[in-house]
Parts: sequence; C-alpha cells; structure tokens
Amino acid sequence: MKDGVNGVALAVFIFFFVAVTVIGFMAARWRKAENENSLDEWGLGGRSFGTWVTWFLLGGDLYTAYTFVAVPAAIYAAGAAGFFAVPYTILVYPLIFTFLPRLWSVSHKHGYVTTSDFVRGRFGSKGLSLAVAVTGILATMPYIALQLVGIQAVLDVMGVGGGETTHWFIRDLPLLIAFAVLAAYTYSSGLRAPALIAFVKDGLIYLVIAVAIIYIPIKLGGFDDIFAKAGEAFATKNETAGKPVAGLVPGEMGQWGYATLALGSALALFMYPHSITATLSSRSRDVIRRNTTILPLYSLMLGLLALLGFMAIAAGVKVDNGQLAIPQLFENMFPAWFAGVAFAAIGIGALVPAAIMSIAAANLFTRNIYKDFLKPDATPAQETKVSKLVSLFVKVGALAFVLTMDKTVAINFQLLGGIWILQTMPALVGGLFTRWFHRWALIAGWAVGMLYGTVAAYGVASPTQKHFGGSSKEIPGIGEIGYIGLTAFVLNLVVVVVMTFVLNALKAPTGIDETSPSDYTADAGDPGVKTVLPPATVGAPGGH
Amino acid sequence: MPESTAGKRPTITPVRVIIGLCLIAPFVAMLWVSSYAKVEPTFIGIPFFYWYQMLWVVISTALTMVAYTLWQRDQRARKGGASA
Repeated sequence: MKDGVNGVALAVFIFFFVAVTVIGFMAARWRKAENENSLDEWGLGGRSFGTWVTWFLLGGDLYTAYTFVAVPAAIYAAGAAGFFAVPYTILVYPLIFTFLPRLWSVSHKHGYVTTSDFVRGRFGSKGLSLAVAVTGILATMPYIALQLVGIQAVLDVMGVGGGETTHWFIRDLPLLIAFAVLAAYTYSSGLRAPALIAFVKDGLIYLVIAVAIIYIPIKLGGFDDIFAKAGEAFATKNETAGKPVAGLVPGEMGQWGYATLALGSALALFMYPHSITATLSSRSRDVIRRNTTILPLYSLMLGLLALLGFMAIAAGVKVDNGQLAIPQLFENMFPAWFAGVAFAAIGIGALVPAAIMSIAAANLFTRNIYKDFLKPDATPAQETKVSKLVSLFVKVGALAFVLTMDKTVAINFQLLGGIWILQTMPALVGGLFTRWFHRWALIAGWAVGMLYGTVAAYGVASPTQKHFGGSSKEIPGIGEIGYIGLTAFVLNLVVVVVMTFVLNALKAPTGIDETSPSDYTADAGDPGVKTVLPPATVGAPGGH
Repeated sequence: MPESTAGKRPTITPVRVIIGLCLIAPFVAMLWVSSYAKVEPTFIGIPFFYWYQMLWVVISTALTMVAYTLWQRDQRARKGGASA
C-alpha cells in the first residue's frame, strides 16, 4: 500500500459518491405511485419493472463486490480454484429459467411478496414459513458484509482507511460513513433508489471493465506473459507451502471442490430474498425468462474480471490482504483520476446490492415474522415503518460479520450465506413442483441441514482463523473435499424424503394447500392475476 | 410423436425434450471439471481452462435463447389448440 492519501482518486471517488447519493434520495420521486406508505411500494417498487429495469436490478444483485473484489482476490490467492464463479453464474440461468416463472405466477395469483409467504400458503405451516424467513435474513447478513468489505478495500487503497496501527474508530470511520449514507437513502427511497443507481453503477462498471481488460494486459505484455508470471508465482508458493495450494488449473484433488462450489452457489443464488425481490418486481412471467437470455452477458464480465487476479500477480502487486489486490492493481496501473472512477465503480457496485439485500431481508421480517407472529393487525404504514427499521438492523448485523470474520478471504462470507440459504431449497423449489413433501419433514430436513452446515463451517480452520475459515470440507462417504452447503443440502433432502414416507404412513396432518396447479402457470392478463398487488395487508396469505 | 392439435397434448413432447436438453447441457459440461482442467491449447495466451469456460457462457446463452424461443412457440401452440 502506498503511503498517504491519493488526493485525485479520492476527489473523483467522492464526486461520484455524492452524485449517487443525490440520485438515491431523488429516487423516491421516480415513477411515484399514489400510496408510498405501502410495503409493496417501498419494497417492490410497485412491481412494475420491465425487462430492462429488472435486468439492471438482477444484475445489481449478481455483480457486486463479489465480482470486483472477492473473486479476483480468490484467483490472486489460489489461481484456478477461484474461477468457480464463472461456471456458477453459467448454471444460474437454466435454474432461473426453470424455477422462477412458477414462483412469479403463484405469487401474483396469491399476493405473495416473499418465499415465506409462498411456503406458508403451499404447506399451511407457520413454523416452516418462520424457518424460511429466519434463514433468509441470516444468510443475507454475510452477503451484505461482503459488500462492506469491498468498500473498505477501496477506501484502504485510497489511503483513507488508515493502517493496522490506527485507532479502530478512525480506521473504520469512512466505512461507517458509507454505511450511514447507504442506510439513509434506502430508508427513504426503498427499492427505487438502488434500481435507479444501478444504471449509473453499471455504466461505470462497463467503462472500467472495458478499460481494465484492454489496457492492463497490453501494459503487462499480453496474456502469455501474465499467465507465465502467475504460473511461476504459484510454483514458488506451492514450494514454500510444501503442498499444492495454488495453480493455473485445478488439480485432481480440487475438482470436486470446484464443481460443488459452482453448483452449490448457483442453487443458492436465486433463493436469496433479494433475488426473489428482483424477480417478483418484474411485470410478467415472460420478463423473467427473457432476462435469462440476456443476463449471461454479466458472466462474461465476471470471467474477464476474474482474470484481473492473474494480472495483479503479473504486475507484482504484493498485498497481505488479498482483497486489496484489485484496487491496488488499479491504483498502480491507472492514472489517478481514472483510478478514482474505478474505485467509485467498485464502491457503488457494492452499495447498490447491499441496499437491495437489506430491503429484501426487511420485507421478509415484516411479513413473515412481525405480521405473522408479533402484530397480525398491523396497518400498512406500520409495516413499512418496521421494514425500514429492520433494513437498518440487517446492515448492523452485516457490520458485525465484517468486524468479527476474517476479511482476507471475503468470498467465504458469500459461501457461508450460501450454506444457510440452500437449506430452504427443498421447501421452496420442492413446493413449486410437488406437494408430496410433508411440512414437518421439511422442517426436520431444514434443521438437520442448518445444524450440519453451521457446525461443519465452524470447524474449518484457516491459517489466520480458527473457525469459519473456509467453506469446503470432506464429503462424508465420498472422501473428496466439497462445498459444505451442498453436502448439507443433500443431507437435508434425504431427511425430508425419509421423514415424508414415515409421516405419510402415520397419516400426520398435511396442512391446507391454498394454491391450485393452474396457479403455477398463470401469466399477467389471466383472470385472477394481479399485475400490481394490493397493499400488503390485503394481499397477505389467506386474505384473498 | 403426434403433431395434431386435436384433443389433449401429451406432457412430454419432442420440443420439450429439446428444451430440457438445452437447459441440462451446461450442467454436464461445467460439472465435468476433469474434461477441461488443462492448460493447452491456449488462446491468445489464455489457458484452455479459462477460455473454455468463458466460451460456455456464450454457448449456454445461445442454448437458453433456443429454449426460450421453443418454449414460447410451445405455449402459443397449446393456447391456440385449447381455444380452437
């Protein structure tokens, strides 16, 4: 890290940051609807977004500090193993194509705003709905934490983060300011703010990527040189470590891990509350499928950005904290003013998803915990107020993850969230296609998966940390190293199937299913499908 | 398989099988890691491992587009058949 503050870069960064903050607050007036105090309005932007806005929103979820900081950092540290993010994003789209249109239909037919709403309506189980809600909120926190780590990396490289010796409050002050701005505009503008800022963010990101992947390789003497130097660096690293810890291609040992991380992450992604929020806010069922044909454009960018990890090695960037590798590369390679633009892209690219994620988690809390368990007769205004407050609480939770977990492998934050959210899959995806699973079996499976996943992740040590040091572990029975989330999911599914057989044999009450098969294929314009849903209270499960 | 629009259509049709294959293909390709875990042949200096997977971004996009188009046609035919 260079000493002192990079003045020009910082000025450019602050300029963009102030600009998006203004946009954020003005967003409340964009496409304003008559009733701004309804949860639908604040939390789903009135559900009126078409292909383009939905595309930006979904892109805003998928391409975040994860893309810009965590994935290249993983490559910088371990080489090929970090590239699993590319197959991960490839696999996401066929999954979305298959699952989410059904969820859209049933949600618009019954006025569901969250996955918990659906699970409750489908299985008639408040307990299962609560489990799904709690998991969603919990899993979102480390994912938001990853965004904060990304912002912090940029601030550190610009020299405003302070070193290890600075008082923690001074060191974290810029992060706290960024955090406060994020919280304030989300609070006042809801989903409209990130949707509008997403345009600015994506514009900046495209620009920076285009420049980075053309300019940097030319300056470094082409990809041949880049990979040759990276290969040498990894060879030295493996020699020092005495075992293969990094390489240009995954070794035999790493292939199971690679595949399970890709698959597990893909399955997890679209179950996050924020992915569901983005999906449900689209105008029709068709918008979702159409989007899966254009969203992969983002995966290409992700792949190219991942290669920046190699470029950082080739450029001789030496950082102890891998997360700083890419911001540092930008600072070394670019003129100060463009480094500022790049930092702004990363910073805003982290803020937008953080806002979307916290809104989604807040919706979940309000609808499925506050209204179902705490205050069933809450007014729409009260619901919106609670959501706004919870969106703050979720961000504080994320901050707790940042301050307690190892920030040098930020990708683990996202993988930890994935371990948890994957456990809601049998109820959600299973429920979209069949009613065969028993609700109690689903709860049992969820509990087993959560317990196994958390204990297993807790037990993984890293060189810098005793617990939660990684997300992969030996798969029992197979003996290969694999993603804990996927192992826990399989365990979960086995429990669900076995328990369902048992409970059905015992004739345990299965609960009331308020949906019918045709609900899953209904489209906008069909009878009974609400294009814009009524306020949350009327649309609540059972209220229609 | 019957191509007629009369009566109830079977749930599994050749078109739907193709849609299914388009959606499954990326899983087979990407999860079979040993098929692409190698350096050679390189492309403009980028090892096979990396450019092959990026190529699959494009391939899977094309496959999803095919699936989408076929699905649209399938749905329209079904709706037309039902009202006729």
